[in-house]
Amino acid sequence: MLRTFKKGGIHPEENKLTAGKKIRVLPVPEMVHLPVIQHLGMPARPLVKKGDKVKTGQLIAEADGFVSANVHSPVSGTVSKVDLMMDAGGYRKMTISIQTEGDEWMEEIDRTPQHKPDINLQPEEILKKIAAAGIVGMGGATFPTHVKLTIPRGRKAESVIINGVECEPFLTSDHALMLEKGPEIFTGIKILMKVLGVNQAFVGIEANKPDAIKLFRDLAMRHIGISVVPLRVKYPQGGEKQLIKAVTGREVPSGKLPIDVGTVVVNVGTTYAIYEAVQKNKPLIERVVTVTGKQLPNAGNFLVRIGTPIEKLIEAAGGLPQNTGKVLYGGPMMGKALPSTDIPAGKGCSGILVMPLEESRRREMKVCIRCAKCVQACPMGLEPYLLMAMSERRYFDRMENERVMDCIECGSCSYICPSDRPLLDYIRLGKSEVNKIIRSRK
Amino acid sequence: MNQKLIVSPSPHISGDYSIRKLMMHVVIALIPAFLVSVWFFGYAAVLVTAISVASCVLFEYIIQRFVMKVKPTVDDGSAVVTGVLLAFNVPANLPVWIIILGALVAIGIAKMSFGGLGNNPFNPALVARVFLLISFPVQMTTWPLPKGFETSYADAVTGATPLGILKEGIRNGSSVTELMHASAMPDYQQLFIGNMGGSLGEIAAGALLLGFIYLLWKRVITWHIPVTIILTVAAFTTILWLVNPSRYADPLFHLLTGGLLLGAIYMATDYVTSPMSIPGMIIYAIGIGIVTVVIRVWGAYPEGVSFAILFMNAFVPLINRYIKPGRFGEEVRHA
Amino acid sequence: MGSIILYTVLSLSALAAISAVVLHFVAQKFRVYEDPRIDEVEHTLPGANCGGCGFAGCRNFAEALVKAETLDGLNCPVGGESVMKEVARILGKEAGAQVPMVAVVRCNGTPEYRPRTNVYDGVKSCAVAHLLYTGEGGCPTGCLGYGDCVDVCQFDAIHMDPETGLPVVTDDKCTACGACVKACPRNIIELRKKNKKDRKIYIACVNQEKGAICIKNCKVSCIACGKCVKVCPFDAITMENNLAYIDAEKCRLCRKCAPECPTHAILEINFPPPKAAETTEAKEQSA
Repeated sequence: MLRTFKKGGIHPEENKLTAGKKIRVLPVPEMVHLPVIQHLGMPARPLVKKGDKVKTGQLIAEADGFVSANVHSPVSGTVSKVDLMMDAGGYRKMTISIQTEGDEWMEEIDRTPQHKPDINLQPEEILKKIAAAGIVGMGGATFPTHVKLTIPRGRKAESVIINGVECEPFLTSDHALMLEKGPEIFTGIKILMKVLGVNQAFVGIEANKPDAIKLFRDLAMRHIGISVVPLRVKYPQGGEKQLIKAVTGREVPSGKLPIDVGTVVVNVGTTYAIYEAVQKNKPLIERVVTVTGKQLPNAGNFLVRIGTPIEKLIEAAGGLPQNTGKVLYGGPMMGKALPSTDIPAGKGCSGILVMPLEESRRREMKVCIRCAKCVQACPMGLEPYLLMAMSERRYFDRMENERVMDCIECGSCSYICPSDRPLLDYIRLGKSEVNKIIRSRK
Repeated sequence: MNQKLIVSPSPHISGDYSIRKLMMHVVIALIPAFLVSVWFFGYAAVLVTAISVASCVLFEYIIQRFVMKVKPTVDDGSAVVTGVLLAFNVPANLPVWIIILGALVAIGIAKMSFGGLGNNPFNPALVARVFLLISFPVQMTTWPLPKGFETSYADAVTGATPLGILKEGIRNGSSVTELMHASAMPDYQQLFIGNMGGSLGEIAAGALLLGFIYLLWKRVITWHIPVTIILTVAAFTTILWLVNPSRYADPLFHLLTGGLLLGAIYMATDYVTSPMSIPGMIIYAIGIGIVTVVIRVWGAYPEGVSFAILFMNAFVPLINRYIKPGRFGEEVRHA
Repeated sequence: MGSIILYTVLSLSALAAISAVVLHFVAQKFRVYEDPRIDEVEHTLPGANCGGCGFAGCRNFAEALVKAETLDGLNCPVGGESVMKEVARILGKEAGAQVPMVAVVRCNGTPEYRPRTNVYDGVKSCAVAHLLYTGEGGCPTGCLGYGDCVDVCQFDAIHMDPETGLPVVTDDKCTACGACVKACPRNIIELRKKNKKDRKIYIACVNQEKGAICIKNCKVSCIACGKCVKVCPFDAITMENNLAYIDAEKCRLCRKCAPECPTHAILEINFPPPKAAETTEAKEQSA
C-alpha cells in the first residue's frame, strides 16, 4: 500500500515524454544573463562591471543580508553589461550579462568526475560552504538553502526529507538526475544529515519512477538511516506539506514551517548541488532542465549553464514549432507562461514546456454548479468556490478567516472545475490583498 | 514563429470535465431503472419520461431566450436530468397535462426564478413533485400495478404502493406481520427487482443500486450522502422494529420501498442543493434519514423522502456557512 | 352567535390595547437618541452611497457633518456646491471652499504607440492581470485595458474605447468620487482640478523606469529628459524617479510644455490646434 497525503489531489496525465532520456550537456552559449535575483529574498549586489574578465565559477554578485544568495558566473569571458533585463514576468531586473570566451574554471573547483564520498567538514563549515556556493531550492521555489538549513533557536530537526517526487506532468529532470547521479546524491543526503544533526533521512519518490526507486533502494542499503519511501502518484505530492504528511504522517500547522514538525524538505536537485559544493567546491552554475512538449522533435533533459537564454534550450530540443501557443517556465500546473523566449534560465528552472496552440487557450467560463469538486480536490482543505466568490465581490477581509493564506497555489481547483472557472486567478488576487491587510496591521 | 505567445496564470492544463459530461453520466446511470420501469409499466413509462424531458428542455429554452434574454444553456443537459428525475417521481399513468405543468413548476419556478443553474436552493424535480402531489392528490397517488408490457397508459389497473399498504393497514389496526403476508404486498425479491406499485423510478432497487455504482465509478458523486441516508434510515427503523415489530416494519422493507433509494442516490446528491463539505453532507444526510422515517412512521403520508430532502435543502446554506471541510494542519498529528 | 362575536371583539381589543401599552413603554426605554438634524442632512445628500466623501455611505457622512466643528475638508463630490450650501444652511455653518475635480487617465499607450507583444488569456480583470505580469504591452505601469475602473463607476462616467484599449472619462458625468482611482491597480487614474471648458494638460505616463528602458515598450512614454521642467514659466512641473509631473494647482494652461516633449507624452485636451501649426501651414501654402 503506497503512502500518500489524504486530503485532496488530482490525477493529471503524466506525459513524462522525456523519462529515461539521458542527460545531454548543452554547449556553453555565447551569452549568458544572470539576474541578481534568482532567489527569494534580497537581490544580490553585483561585484563586477562592464569589461571585467571572469572565470567559470567566479563570484559575480554577493548576497545582501542573510536571506539572499550569491551569484556565480557559469562561464568564463567578459562582462558585457550590468543592466536591467526582462525576467519571466516581463519585469526588468538588474542582470549581469557575460560574453563567453573559452571555458576557464576557477582553480579551487574540482572537475574530476570521481565520486567523493568522504565528508570531512564540521556542520558549521558545511553550512558556510553551502551559503558561499549560492545554493537555492531548485525545485522551483528558489529559497536560499543555507537559511532553510539554519534551525531557529528552540526547534530541533528529527529528520530530513529529500523531495524526489516531481509530481508535475512533463517534468523529468529530477528523475534523470536520480538515475545518473545516485551515489553523489546519497553523499549529499549524508551531508544534509550532518548539517541538521539528524540520523534519519527519507527519500520520497513517486511510483511512476520504478527504476529510480529500485536504484535508490539498492543504494540505501549501504547507508544507515536513509530509506526510500515510494509514494502514490497524485498531484501535488511534491508539495512540501503534502510530502511531509505522506512520509511522516504529520501536518504542518497553518502559518508554520516544516521545522515546526521536526523536519526539513530539500529537493533532490538541490541535494546534488550541495554535494558538488561541499565535496568539489563547485558553486551553483549549472542544472538539469527538461525541455519538453508534444511537438518538440528532440525533447530531453539537458545539463544547462545557469543564465542560458531559453531560446537556446528550445533550439537544442529541435526548435520552436510553428503553431506554438505557450512556452512555460516550469511545469503545466504551476509554471509561468513566458511573454517571450528572450529570458535566461534561472536557478529554479526545472523545465521548459512548449504547448501547441490548440491546447493553450482556456475554455469559456460557466456558472458554478456547486459540485464541490474543487473542495474535494484542494489539498489544504479550503473552499475554492467560496474564495473566488468572495474575491470577485472584494470581500477580502472575510477571506482571511476562510484560510486563503494557506493556499499553496497548486492549481488543483482550477484543473478539476467542470465549469472551467478561473478559481486560482481570483484566489491569488485574494491572497495579495489579504497580505496587504496583514502588513498594514503590523 | 510570427505568432505572439499566449500568457495566462497557472494552471495551464485542465481536466476533461464539463457540466454536460456529468449530466450525461447521471442519465446513463438512470437507464437500468428506466428499463425496469418500461418492463413493468410498458409504453406508459416511455411516454411519461419523454414528455417530462421534452417539456423541461423546452421551458428552459423559452424562459432563457425570451424571458431572461440570455443565451440558452439547454445543451448542458441539466434540464434533461431534471426531466428524467421528475418523470421518475410520478406514477406511470399521470395525465400528460399534469406532467407538463410539473415541468413548468420544476424549471420555471424552482430553477429559473432563482437565476438558473447553480442558484436554486431547492431540488427542482422534488419541488415539482410535491407541488403535483398537493395539487393533484388523486392522480398522484393512483399507482398502476406492474403488469408488464401490455399495460396501457390511461386505463391501467391501479393499486397501492407497499408503503401505502403498510400505512393504511396500520391505520386499520392490522399488525405489521399480517400486512407483510397480505396478498397485495410484494415479497423482498419482488421489492428488489421492482415488481411493485410506485412511481417510475422508485420501484427497482437493484437497478438504482447499479446506477449508484456507475456514478461512483465515474466520480460523479461521492458515497457519503447515499450511504449515510441509508444507514440512518436502517438504524432508526431497526431501533423501532426491535422495540415493537408488530407496529413497525423491518429495516430491509423500508430500504427497498418507496423513493428512498431514488431519493438517496439521485435526488439528495443534486450538486446545487446539497452541502459543499463532507462533514456537511453527512449532517445533511442524517437529517434526511431521520425526517424520512418520522414522516413514514408518524406522518400522514406513507412516503417522506421528497419532503425530507426539501426540508434539509433549506438548511444547506446554514450548513455551508458553519460546517467547513477539515483544514490541513488544524491539529498536529503524529505518525 | 352574538356572544361569540362579542367575546372575540373584546378579547382581541384587550390584546391590542395591552400590546400598544407594552410597545409604547419598550419603545421609550430602548429609544436611541439621535440628533434630528442627521436625518435632515441625509435627505439633502444624493443617496448614492458611493464613498466619494471618504465616509461609509451618505448616512455616515451626515453624522460626520453634524458632529464636525467646521465644514472645511468635508465635501460631497456628487452633490457638489448646491448640496453643500444646503447642508451649511441646515447646520448653520459655513460651507468649505470646493475645488471641482475630475478623473484623468494618465496613460496613452495605444496599440500604435505601445505594441502588444503577447496575448493575455487570463481573467479579464486589471487586478488579476497586474498580479501576473507587466501586460500585453510590456510596460509595468501601462493601462491594461480590462476595465476594472469602468466596472466600479456608479455614474456611467468612464468607458473603454475598444480601438485604443484605454478608458475615456465623460467629464460632465464624472463626480470625482475616486472609485476608479482606487480600482486601478497601477495608479494611472488621478483626480485633478477641473478647468474651464474641461481643458487639461497632463503627463500621460506614470512609468518610473529610466528613459532608455520605457521607450522600448512605449513610444509616448515620459523619458525624463527634463525639457518640460525647464520651459514651464510657473514652476508647475517637477521631475521625480524618472517621471515628470504637472501640478494642476500651479498649471496655468499656457501650453509651453507640450510641444517641448520629444515623445509627446504631454497631452493637451480640449484646446484649439496650436498657433505654430497654423503658421507652418500658411508658410507651406505660400511656398
